[in-house]
Amino acid sequence: MLEEFTGPDWLSEEVKTGTTIIAVEFDGGVVLGSDSRVSAGASVVNRVMNKLSLLHDKIYCALSGSAADAQTIAEIVNYQLDVHSVELGEDPLVRSAATLVKNISYKYKEELSAHLIVAGWDRRGGGQVFVTLNGLLSKQPFAVGGSGSSYIYGFVDAEFRKSMSRRESQEFVVNALTLAMSRDGSSGGVAYLVTIDETGTEEKCILGNELPKFFDQ
Amino acid sequence: MAATAAMGFPQHLSSFNDLVPEWTSREVSTGTTIMAVEFDGGVVMGADSRTTTGAYIANRVTDKLTPIHDQIFCCRSGSAADTQAIADAVTYQLGFHSIELDEPPLVQTAANLFKDMCYRYREELMAGIIVAGWDKRRGGQVYTVPVGGMLTRQPVSVGGSGSSYIYGYVDSNYRTGMSKEECLRFAAGALSLAMERDGSSGGVVRLAVISEQGVERQVILGNQLPKFSTL
Repeated sequence: MLEEFTGPDWLSEEVKTGTTIIAVEFDGGVVLGSDSRVSAGASVVNRVMNKLSLLHDKIYCALSGSAADAQTIAEIVNYQLDVHSVELGEDPLVRSAATLVKNISYKYKEELSAHLIVAGWDRRGGGQVFVTLNGLLSKQPFAVGGSGSSYIYGFVDAEFRKSMSRRESQEFVVNALTLAMSRDGSSGGVAYLVTIDETGTEEKCILGNELPKFFDQ
Repeated sequence: MAATAAMGFPQHLSSFNDLVPEWTSREVSTGTTIMAVEFDGGVVMGADSRTTTGAYIANRVTDKLTPIHDQIFCCRSGSAADTQAIADAVTYQLGFHSIELDEPPLVQTAANLFKDMCYRYREELMAGIIVAGWDKRRGGQVYTVPVGGMLTRQPVSVGGSGSSYIYGYVDSNYRTGMSKEECLRFAAGALSLAMERDGSSGGVVRLAVISEQGVERQVILGNQLPKFSTL
C-alpha cells in the first residue's frame, strides 16, 4: 500500500490557545488572569504559555483563539502604542490601546480568529476592562473569553460584585480560572495573574497544586 | 456534558421561502437546561420551560420533568419528539416490570431502560436524559444518560445546552450533605443563571422534590427568580 507519511496530526493542525481568559476591574485597578495551555488538535504544544501580553507599562491584553493571530495583534499594537505614547509625551489611555486592537480585529475580521481582552490602569479612568470580540469595542466591569469561558458564565454572574477589593478580585479570578480549567479540555496548566494599579504591575504564577480545590466527582 | 448544540446558526437544509416562516422547517428541540441533585432522603430535579423550533419559542411553559413511575422522574433535553417517545416507551416497560415484580421499581432499573434504548438507537436519536427518583434500597439517586447512551450515577448532574454555562457555578457551590431547602435554592440559582445566558433556555423554573413521602412540584415564575448582580 502506497501511503504518504504526513507525520503526526499535530504538525498539520492549527495551533490554538484553547484557553480561558478573564479580566476584572476593581476599585483602583484591574486583575487579568489566564490559563497556560496551547493546543494543536489533541496535543498540548506548550503547557506553560503566558497569555497575558504587555501592551504598555500599565496596559496588558489577554490572548485567546489562534495563537499566531493573537500574538501578532499584540505585537503590532505594542509597537503602535509605543509610537503613540512618545508622540503624546505621556502614558496612553487604556481606551486607546483597546481601540488599536479593535481596529485590527475589525479590519481583518475575516482573516483573523483571535479575541483579545484589553485591561489596564490610566490616570483618567482608573482601572478599565475592554472587550474587542469580532471587532466591537465595549467597556465592561469584567470580561471572560476563550473556550473555557462558557463553563464559568454562571459562576461569574453569581459571584461578581462591583467594587471588590484587590485581594477579593484576585481570588475571584483564580477561582474562575480553576473552575474553567477543570472542565475545559483546551484549558489547563498553571494560572497566570497580572494585577495593575496606580503603583505598578504585579505578575504572579500559580502552579497547579496551589490552585483552590472544588467539588470533583 | 451538554446534550445538544445550541441551534444558533441556520442550517440551510431547505431553501428559503418568503411564504412561510423559517421555523416551520426546523426541528422542535428542547434547547434546555436541566439538572438533578441528590440529598439525604431524596432528590431535587429542575428544568427551564422553553421549547424552540429554530428561533421561535414553540412552548414557553413546557414541562420537561416527566413522571416515569410514582417516585421516578426524568428530565428531558434534546429533540422533543425523541425524548417524549423514549419516555413513553420506558414508562410502559417500567410499569410492566413493576407489576411483575409486585413492588415499586428501582431508579437504577429505570435508568438502565433509558440507557438501553438511547444506546441501541444512538445513531437515530438526539436525547440527553437525567433520571432521578427515590427507592427503598438506595434512597435518592440521580443517573445521567447523555447523548450517545452512556449511563453513570452522579450526586449532581446538569444537562442541556444551557448546562455549559453553569459547570463552574455547580462545581463551586455544590457540597455533599446539603439539606432539601439548600438543594432547592442551589437548583433554582443554577437554572436562573443558565437561563440568563443561554438563548435556548428560559421561561419559568420547574422544580420537583422526590422523597419517601412522594413528589412535591413547584414553579418559580420569571419575576420570582433569584437575582444576581451582573453587568
